[in-house]
Amino acid sequence: MKEIVVLSGKGGTGKTSVTAALAGLGPAKVLADCDVDAADLHLVLAPSVLHQEPFISGELAEIDPDLCTSCGLCRDGCRFEAITDDFQVVAEHCEGCGLCDFICPIQAVTMHPRRCGEWYKSQTRFGTMIHAALDIGAENSGKLVTTVRQKSQEQAESEGVDLILTDGPPGIGCPAIASLTGADLALLVAEPTVTAVHDLKRVAELTRHFKIDTAVIINKADLQPSLEQEIRDFCETSGLDVLGRLPYVETFTLAQIKGQSVVEYDPGGLGKLFQGLWNNLEKHLQGEHKQ
Amino acid sequence: MRIAVASGKGGTGKTTMAVNLAAMLQSTGQSTALVDCDVEEPNAHLYLPVQWEQDRDHHVPVPRINASACLGEECSKCIELCRFKALIWMADEVMTFPELCHACGLCMTACPAKCIDEGQRLTGKVRCGFVDQGPAKGLELSSGELRVGEAMAPPLIKEVKGTARDRDIQIWDCPPGTSCPVIAGLHGADAVLLVTEPTPFGLHDLNLAVQLVRRLELPFGVVVNKAGLGDNRVEQYLEKEGIDLLGLIPHGMDAARACASGRLLIELDGYRDAFERIWSRVLPLTKERTS
Repeated sequence: MKEIVVLSGKGGTGKTSVTAALAGLGPAKVLADCDVDAADLHLVLAPSVLHQEPFISGELAEIDPDLCTSCGLCRDGCRFEAITDDFQVVAEHCEGCGLCDFICPIQAVTMHPRRCGEWYKSQTRFGTMIHAALDIGAENSGKLVTTVRQKSQEQAESEGVDLILTDGPPGIGCPAIASLTGADLALLVAEPTVTAVHDLKRVAELTRHFKIDTAVIINKADLQPSLEQEIRDFCETSGLDVLGRLPYVETFTLAQIKGQSVVEYDPGGLGKLFQGLWNNLEKHLQGEHKQ
Repeated sequence: MRIAVASGKGGTGKTTMAVNLAAMLQSTGQSTALVDCDVEEPNAHLYLPVQWEQDRDHHVPVPRINASACLGEECSKCIELCRFKALIWMADEVMTFPELCHACGLCMTACPAKCIDEGQRLTGKVRCGFVDQGPAKGLELSSGELRVGEAMAPPLIKEVKGTARDRDIQIWDCPPGTSCPVIAGLHGADAVLLVTEPTPFGLHDLNLAVQLVRRLELPFGVVVNKAGLGDNRVEQYLEKEGIDLLGLIPHGMDAARACASGRLLIELDGYRDAFERIWSRVLPLTKERTS
């Protein structure tokens, strides 16, 4: 089984549009959305939910106001500013470490399992999709990403499907790391802007750090030719395979508005480009494609 | 006055908004600091000629065990209490996993033999400096850069915010998403400016960001970037929800190319006015907060 995760560092370079376009190409696959705190893939794939489960992870402190003597030990000991001056727990700041529970001299604090979101198994026109929604402002996004990946692997196994295609989160922190570790290929969506080139280099450093095979797609390629060249030079010196380039066109937005992938919306134009990308991707996975 | 710029979705123009607002304010003689809270992918400095004055490492505390004083496996108090599995018993001693540690201090507090003190884990670096030429001359910039491989961004975000000097106006460029790093970015803001784009992805993630700022009880308004692209569902949503539309930044190839090359939009014809108008509507939001 191969797991491909689409990343970019910078947000808005086209991860989700690329994932949706690739979803309909090639062999049967399981789709996963690991951008759990701002998931968008479902807006194109229109999943019908077959199964959903709450995601319980970590703990949340609760202070019993009837027992609390306002001694202040918990508030002063908490390193996350999660306890207010009137001894309320601020859920958005509580990391569930249990320090307050431990130091409270009269056991006024209890720790409760915490619901952080939900995950779903759904049917889409391109295959089964595993996705999730982190509750607003909740903790543990990395663990929810790990859950989505585990469930996708189980699903692929039960369907006898050899490929998982994952839409990843932006950044290089906890959720990006959780999406990446142990994957077979990181597919980086680059764009020729100074910010995206900067961020591409950081996410490429991350994939190297975790020793994940990495390939690049250049999106919005004609926006700035000198920066496209910089991306190509960077990929060459870093030994990253460039699978192809996509033009800067409004078609991506128009397809999104219709709830279609760009391959469905524009089969003769972007559809053909993506077919070429997919072919290069398959060759890459077989160890044949190079630049 | 502290204004946070956030969005939910990545790539909608948070950094463009924050950098241009800050540059516009500084150029009109208002003492302004720009704080780049996106430590995973810091980009604000790419738009500004910055002379760095501070460049230092940032660490978080992690447990350090004095094995000779440890009471041994019969105790294991630190291991039992750690919610993050950052301590285990292995090869006759307590072994630590610094990458999993949340720096809560519980193990140290709980150890009956007082054999745990704190070492350090490098999270990244913090930089602070000034724009030394051009229209934004004198603007202060604070910025952080998460170490590649480090999962936890919030401690570094707090450090970057703490480094910024208390100028008349601070503009905080927040990371994308709706989870811990954004909450760390938004904490303490007087008002929030949410940047979106008129596309289905933009609208969906705007709605998540709106739920987050409402939950945090922060006054906010919305700027539609790339206006003219996509459809008008964002504006319909704002009207239905009774949310202030602070202004529009028109979509155009000239603006896209300027941003791609790292140039300020306020130097393009017509754009400076848009930022001035937006700022005039941000001010009443902060009064809402203090009243």
